[in-house]
Amino acid sequence: MKAAEFDYLRPSNLGAALDLLANESADVQILAGGQSLMPMMNFRLAQPELLVDLNGLEELQFIRQTDSHIQIGSMTRYCELETSSLIQQHVPLLSIALPHIAHSAIRNRGTIGGSTALADPAAEMPALLIALNATIVTRSREGQRSTEASKFFLGLYETALDSGELIESISIPKSTTGSACGFYELARRHGDYAMAGVAVTAQRTDPINDARVVFFAISDRAIRAETVENHLNGLSELTEEGLENARKEIDKLDFHGDLNAEVSTKRHLAKVVFKRAIEEMMR
Amino acid sequence: MTKSQNISVIINGEPISASVPLRTNLVDFLRNQVGLTGSHVGCEHGVCGACTLEVDGSMIRGCLMLAVQADGAEITTIEGFADREKAAQLQLSFQKYNALQCGYCTPGMLASALEYIEAGGKADRAAIRQHLSGNYCRCTGYQSIVDAVVAVIEQGGKQ
Ligand SMILES: Cc1cc2nc3c(=O)[nH]c(=O)nc-3n(C[C@H](O)[C@H](O)[C@H](O)COP(=O)(O)OP(=O)(O)OC[C@H]3O[C@@H](n4cnc5c(N)ncnc54)[C@H](O)[C@@H]3O)c2cc1C
Ligand code: FES
Ligand code: FES
Repeated sequence: MKAAEFDYLRPSNLGAALDLLANESADVQILAGGQSLMPMMNFRLAQPELLVDLNGLEELQFIRQTDSHIQIGSMTRYCELETSSLIQQHVPLLSIALPHIAHSAIRNRGTIGGSTALADPAAEMPALLIALNATIVTRSREGQRSTEASKFFLGLYETALDSGELIESISIPKSTTGSACGFYELARRHGDYAMAGVAVTAQRTDPINDARVVFFAISDRAIRAETVENHLNGLSELTEEGLENARKEIDKLDFHGDLNAEVSTKRHLAKVVFKRAIEEMMR
Repeated sequence: MTKSQNISVIINGEPISASVPLRTNLVDFLRNQVGLTGSHVGCEHGVCGACTLEVDGSMIRGCLMLAVQADGAEITTIEGFADREKAAQLQLSFQKYNALQCGYCTPGMLASALEYIEAGGKADRAAIRQHLSGNYCRCTGYQSIVDAVVAVIEQGGKQ
């Protein structure tokens, strides 16, 4: 199908974009990479009155570093993250996971801000940002605020974004010596949305600590499994028994079925992806 | 009244100015207003890859970009790829290996294969399949498409 009629504006600076978003009398939607919004508009699941295209805002396209963090502008495209040496060096988990997000032609347009704002329960990015302990920096005309990724994703396509607000950037702590990560997802076809997936990070000290285990495509949002993490933290080495105890906790997570698989299948797949991601992390 | 905007683009090397309805996506503009019907439209939601074409050097989905967004851009469609060495080799190789039957997927398939080869992709069947995973073909079963791409990489088109 074709999209319904809308107005279209392409502001040339952030201030102008925020002014347009502040208009509460119309249904205003941000257009970033368009790789989720355009399909929704073509299906007429979304019929915005005004599209505010952020593609002209160079101030939202950057990958920078500070001593401790990597900062990524919201309009940075997946393909730019894939080829960035800063990301490869300081955020290896993103580098491992990016090739699994959609297909090359989609990654050439899709943005980190768009995926974060959408909060699709099967998307990789929300889980990755929680596992990486990232901070989402948002801005409206009233000013800027920062939200921890673990408090940003509230439910099915639901985030902590307020109306009139956009995602400006995302800040990720650099990986340190001793930090390790793993990622695994199962999808029907490479690049499709996952049927179940997980991102894990930890300090591979003796004993293991600061483990973060975040599942996606198994519930109504990316979920951090602290009960699973508790079984990893404190282990000197990863024994079969330790792993089994952690896996038992997976059963108790809040599973939701979807078009791909029902709850019992998701529960099984979650254990499979967990085992493989942990193996990758400990390699 | 349909809301429209003027755009100026370069399509396959030729500058073109036109008034486009805001709601028109890039591939519909190219097919219906410019008359370049080489790019195909299948699903209109980014899944099938039939509409894949090049904008400012990147392969993108023509159904997921608005024509107004292309203002000022350089666009290359299947009609323009023929001038590129690797694309011409791919076309011959697709013929030789029977990498098409109905041809509906072929413009997008060639675009994605071209992206892979021009980026220096290796003759690795698994990697080629992974790169082409965003393009559906309902006829060939993909085997012959991978054969055709491998042949271009291995033989540089000498066949
Ligand atoms: C065939 C196909 C396969 C895909 N497979 C996957 C997959 O496996 N995994 C996956 O994660 N995704 C997948 N995607 C979706 C893709 O990752 C999208 O690019 C992403 O979900 C949205 O990013 P975008 O930049 O395209 O945003 P858009 O589509 O432009 O916007 C998405 C939503 O976010 C809002 N928004 C965008 N930017 C901002 C901002 N800066 N601040 C506030 N709100 C904003 C928009 O208003 C809109 O509601 C797939 C898409 C397609 C077409
Ligand atoms: S028509 Fe664009 S991907 Fe199918
Ligand atoms: S040749 Fe018919 S769809 Fe590919």
